[in-house]
Amino acid sequence: MNAATAPEWRDQIFEVLQAHDIKQVYHVPDAGHGRLIEHCQRSNSVRTVPLTTEEEGIALAAGAWLGGQRSVLLMQSSGVGNTVNLLGLTKTLRFPFLTLITMRGEWGEFNSWQYPMGQGTPKVLEAMGVLVYSVDSADEVRATVDAAARAAFNGGQSVAVLLRQKLIGIKDFGKKTAK
Amino acid sequence: MSKPTLQRRPLVKKLLEGANDDLLVIAGLGSSNWDITEAGDRPLNMPLWGAMGAPIGMGLGLALAQPAKRVLVITGDADTMMNLGSLATVATQQPENLAIVVLDNEKYGETGNQASHTSPRNNGPTESGAGADLATIARGCGLADSATVREASEVAQLVKDARTKKGPVFRLVKVMVEKLEFVMPPQDGAHLKDRFRQALLGHP
Repeated sequence: MNAATAPEWRDQIFEVLQAHDIKQVYHVPDAGHGRLIEHCQRSNSVRTVPLTTEEEGIALAAGAWLGGQRSVLLMQSSGVGNTVNLLGLTKTLRFPFLTLITMRGEWGEFNSWQYPMGQGTPKVLEAMGVLVYSVDSADEVRATVDAAARAAFNGGQSVAVLLRQKLIGIKDFGKKTAK
Repeated sequence: MSKPTLQRRPLVKKLLEGANDDLLVIAGLGSSNWDITEAGDRPLNMPLWGAMGAPIGMGLGLALAQPAKRVLVITGDADTMMNLGSLATVATQQPENLAIVVLDNEKYGETGNQASHTSPRNNGPTESGAGADLATIARGCGLADSATVREASEVAQLVKDARTKKGPVFRLVKVMVEKLEFVMPPQDGAHLKDRFRQALLGHP
C-alpha cells in the first residue's frame, strides 16, 4: 500500500454502503476507518452514531432492522471481543448483520497488546457463526464489501469483512516509539 | 428511603394500555419480558429472552429507523447497568420518539434476587449494592429529561410521559420485589422479529 491509494478504497466503501441503502452507521473512533467515518458524518443520507463500546452496535443494528433500516458496524479487531455475546443475537433473531473490521495485531504490528485479540478475531467471529471475508489489497475492497453486503442483506447472513493490516498499513508512532 | 410500594405488573399494564400500531415496545430479558406479555402479547412487542444490555441500544436503532412511531423500552436496573454507555449514545442522537422506563427492584431477579448495584450500601453481608442511582446517571450521560417515580400518585404522569412526551425520556421507577408468575411470549427470536416487521412494515 502507498499513500496515494489509501483514500481511494475508503471512498469506495462509502459508495458501496450507499448503493446498498445503508441508513445507519455505527462506529467507535478509529484511524483505519477515519476517512470513511468522516464521509458518513458529512452525508445527509446516513445517520452516524458514535458508540461507547462495539457491542452497542449489534443492539442498534437489531433495532434498525426491526424498524426496516439497514446498518453497518465499523470497528477495529480489538472491539470484536466486546461484541461476542450480542453477536449471538444475529443468530437468534436471524437478522442481516454487516460489520467492517480494521485489523490490528497482524501484519508488522508494533504494539504487542494488539496481538491477542487481532489473532483471535477470525476465530471468534467464526465461532459465533459470522461469515468472514478478508481483504488485503486495495483493488479487492469494493468487490468484497459489495459481496458481503449482498450476503448480509439479500442472503440474510451475519458477515464481517476483515480489512487486513497489510491493506491499512503498519501503524507507526515514529519518534514517539519507546526505546 | 422507604421501601418501594409500586407493583410492576399493574404499572406496566397502564404503560401499555390502549397500545396501537404507533407504539413499538422492547422489553429486557426476564421480568420485564413477562410484564409486557402479561399486559397482552402483541406483534409490536419485542420481548427479549437474552441479550442482556441490549434493549436501550435496540430502542435507539428502532427509534432512528421509525421517527414517526413511539418507541418504548421497558427494562430492569441490572440490564441498564450492564450497558450504561448506551445512555450516552442515546444522548448523542436525542431521539424525540424514544422513552426508556427502568423498573428498579434493586435485584437480579432471574438469578435469585441477589442485590444489584442499585441496592443500598451497608445493607448487610448479602444485600448490599452501591446505591447507584440510574436517574442521576442518565442525566449525567446527557438525558436531561430524567426522573424517578416512587408513588402511585405519580403513575398517571409517568404513563403520559412514556407515551407522549418529547424524548428522549428516561424514567426510573422504584418497584417492589415480588414473586410473580412467569407469563411467557413466544421464544423463537426469528419469529418475534418477523411478526414485528410484518406488523410494522407489511413484510417480514
